[in-house]
This record gives sequence, structure tokens and C-alpha cells, in this order.
Amino acid sequence: MSGWLSDFMNVPATYIHFTSWLQISVANLIVIGVMVALFIIAMFAPFPGSHSTDSQTSGDQS
Amino acid sequence: MSSHLKNETEPTMWTAKLRNSWQRNLPIDKLLPDTQPAYVASWIYIFGVLTIAAFGDIIVSGLILSFAGPAWYHTSSVGLFVNSLHFWGVQLFFVFMVVHLWGKFWMAAWRGRRFRTWLTGIAAFLASIGTAFTGYLIQTNFDSQWIAYEAKDGFNAVGIGAFFTPTNIGQIMLIHVALLPLVLGAITVWHVLLVRKNGVVPPIDAAPEGGN
Repeated sequence: MSGWLSDFMNVPATYIHFTSWLQISVANLIVIGVMVALFIIAMFAPFPGSHSTDSQTSGDQS
Repeated sequence: MSSHLKNETEPTMWTAKLRNSWQRNLPIDKLLPDTQPAYVASWIYIFGVLTIAAFGDIIVSGLILSFAGPAWYHTSSVGLFVNSLHFWGVQLFFVFMVVHLWGKFWMAAWRGRRFRTWLTGIAAFLASIGTAFTGYLIQTNFDSQWIAYEAKDGFNAVGIGAFFTPTNIGQIMLIHVALLPLVLGAITVWHVLLVRKNGVVPPIDAAPEGGN
């Protein structure tokens, strides 16, 4: 690997120490943050075509 | 269910019993529906489908890696690219699956006799963790060597070191490329079939069907 990406990735991970027993790498913390953000967006973002009526309920399988 | 099935006597052949049970529980219009309830229009289900798509990427790239071998995927540029497709496919697979899992947890998706759908999802999550860990063990680098010896200490500590030897790359390779993908694939198919059979759980405030 060469270039700016290697400068960014080919280095030892930076760790954050919250307490004496809990530590997490910045990379893992970013991934967890992205997952939480995706989850919030998935819960509240409007779904295309889902704003209309109850007529779509005709196929209920339950 | 077809009308002739109601009138025939109880079959004795296991093939007929299986066929009748399948047709009773999962007729073709339920297996391949063309309409869904309005509440299925949710991004949470998109993440479930994305998980399966990422699984497809992992299987295809994994097959290429298996056939070409480490001498190819550790050295050639195309091999490194396919290796990266496999690795990053796994990262996306877990991100998509965890978002789907969180969503289903807060929807209490086990309601309405759907606990088997929930349990197969959890089983798929656990099988995925095992598959991913065995993948890290066969990178054939110092990282995998470190992980293998740490895992060996863990297995020994809980008394199952005689059955699992993470430092044996032959054992771990076969578990990773043969056993666990088949187990995970089977659980995934079972999960999707249960979703088809029982339908998607309705919202909590609009669930008159009863039963938890």
C-alpha cells in the first residue's frame, strides 16, 4: 500500500481510554458511531412511496 | 391448499408428508408474494436484504479466493482486490446485520408467534461471528498467529481445547470455507422462509393479532 492511504492506515491504532478497564480504538468507535447513525436514519427517514394510504395493506400475510 | 389434499387419506410416505406439510404451511403465493403490508415499507428491512446481498458478495469472492489460493491473493493486484472485496464485504455484512438486528429488537419482532424467526436471526448472528473469527485466523500473517494463540488459550481455559485448535490452519481453513458457510447459509434460508411463513411483525400500536 502506498500514498496517502498508507499514511492513514499503516500506523498503530489510536486507543481511547475511558476508564482503567475500558478502552476502544478510534476506528472501532467510528464504526459503532456510523452504525448508530444508520440505525437512527433507518428508523426515521421517510421510505420512498410509503407516505400514501391504507390501500397498501391488502397483502397482509400475518 | 389444494382441495384434493383435504380428501385424501393420511399419507404414509415421508415424501408425501413433507409435501403436504410444505403446501399447508408455505403455499407458493405465500413463498413468493407480490404484495406486502404497508408497514413493510421500512429501511430496517432494506438492511436485512442488504445483509443477504453482502453475504452473496462474501460467498462469491470467497469461492474465487478458495480456487485461486493464497499465493495469488497475497501477491497479485487482482488477488489483493478480490481479497479486499471479501474483507470489506464482511465489514458491511456486520454493519447491515447489526442495524437490522437493532431495528427488530426495538420492534419486538418476536411477537405473534414469531419467536423462531427471531431465534434464527440470533443464530445467524452467532454463526457469523464464528465464521468471521475463523476468517481472521487464516490470513497467514502475524495478526492471525497472535489471534490463534490467544484463542487457543481461551479454548483451553474453558476445557474444549482438545476439540478446537485455532493454530491448526488446515482445521480452521476447512471450518471457515466449508462448514460455517453452509451452516450460516442454511440458517439464513430458514430465517427467510420463516419470514415468508409468518409474515412481517405489525407495529406494536397496531397489533390486534394477539399472543407474544
